[in-house]
Amino acid sequence: MADQATFADEAMQYAPQLYSGALRMTRNRSDAEDLVQETYLKGYRSYHSFTEGTNLRAWLFRIMTNTYINTYRAKQRRPDETDLGDFEDLYLYKNIGTLQNASVGRSAEESLMEILPDDEVKQALEDLPDNFRLPVILADVEGFSYKEIAEMLDIPIGTVMSRLHRGRKAMQKALHNFAVERGLISARSTGTTDHSSGQEN
Amino acid sequence: MTDESTTDNTAIRDCAETLRELDVFLDGELSPDQHDAIRHHLDGCMDCLGAFDFHAELKIVVAEKCNNDEMPPDLLSKIELCFGTDFDGDGTVG
Repeated sequence: MADQATFADEAMQYAPQLYSGALRMTRNRSDAEDLVQETYLKGYRSYHSFTEGTNLRAWLFRIMTNTYINTYRAKQRRPDETDLGDFEDLYLYKNIGTLQNASVGRSAEESLMEILPDDEVKQALEDLPDNFRLPVILADVEGFSYKEIAEMLDIPIGTVMSRLHRGRKAMQKALHNFAVERGLISARSTGTTDHSSGQEN
Repeated sequence: MTDESTTDNTAIRDCAETLRELDVFLDGELSPDQHDAIRHHLDGCMDCLGAFDFHAELKIVVAEKCNNDEMPPDLLSKIELCFGTDFDGDGTVG
């Protein structure tokens, strides 16, 4: 049984990660701040049920995810299940991958870091419907395992995997569209068929 | 999830089969045998390796760029104020 007196010492180090996660979930600063505070308050109150030696970060994220689903998502009155359009796998890679080859003398990682601005990556993630966004946040931003995510969202592991796959694809499509809008990728360099609107499916 | 029939982890997987496992491979959720089989294919296939490298990098970019928000300066002190406070006046903390 965890001692409530030690909660602050153990848990406060995760506040920056929880805040970023909360921002990606709620998509606004005021709700994100409230969500993090609520998470810490709930964590503090129920810390006696936390098993010492297990993953406190995962425990806090589970509280936050549940609080978001039960409170904030209900408030936003968004449809629970939203579908995404479908398009080919490796979409972004096929259309932007060649840009990296052009940046001679620079590591591929630096190149992608430069190609994709922070705001666009955040936007691409935040534009995903909830049922895809939450798995992507928990896996790709927070690094939780399929099993941990399945427990947090109370869905089967197979559902986690399919939502991750489709959520990531939709994100990559959005990143591609941003790059086209900025003129980074021209219709010619995509190597695909007629593409002037950047909206092909 | 593991296909127990494919015990030979050096069996040559084709590109389509390899790319189907891209997500799970990069998420580190394949069994060691499956992981080795993919690795083996990537060692000899530059096309697949390019795709895997790209998505590995994209994962790093997303993790970094979506996790760098500056907290409001007073958030930590607001949270710490909650600890030890009897909010509902029932004589107990919280």
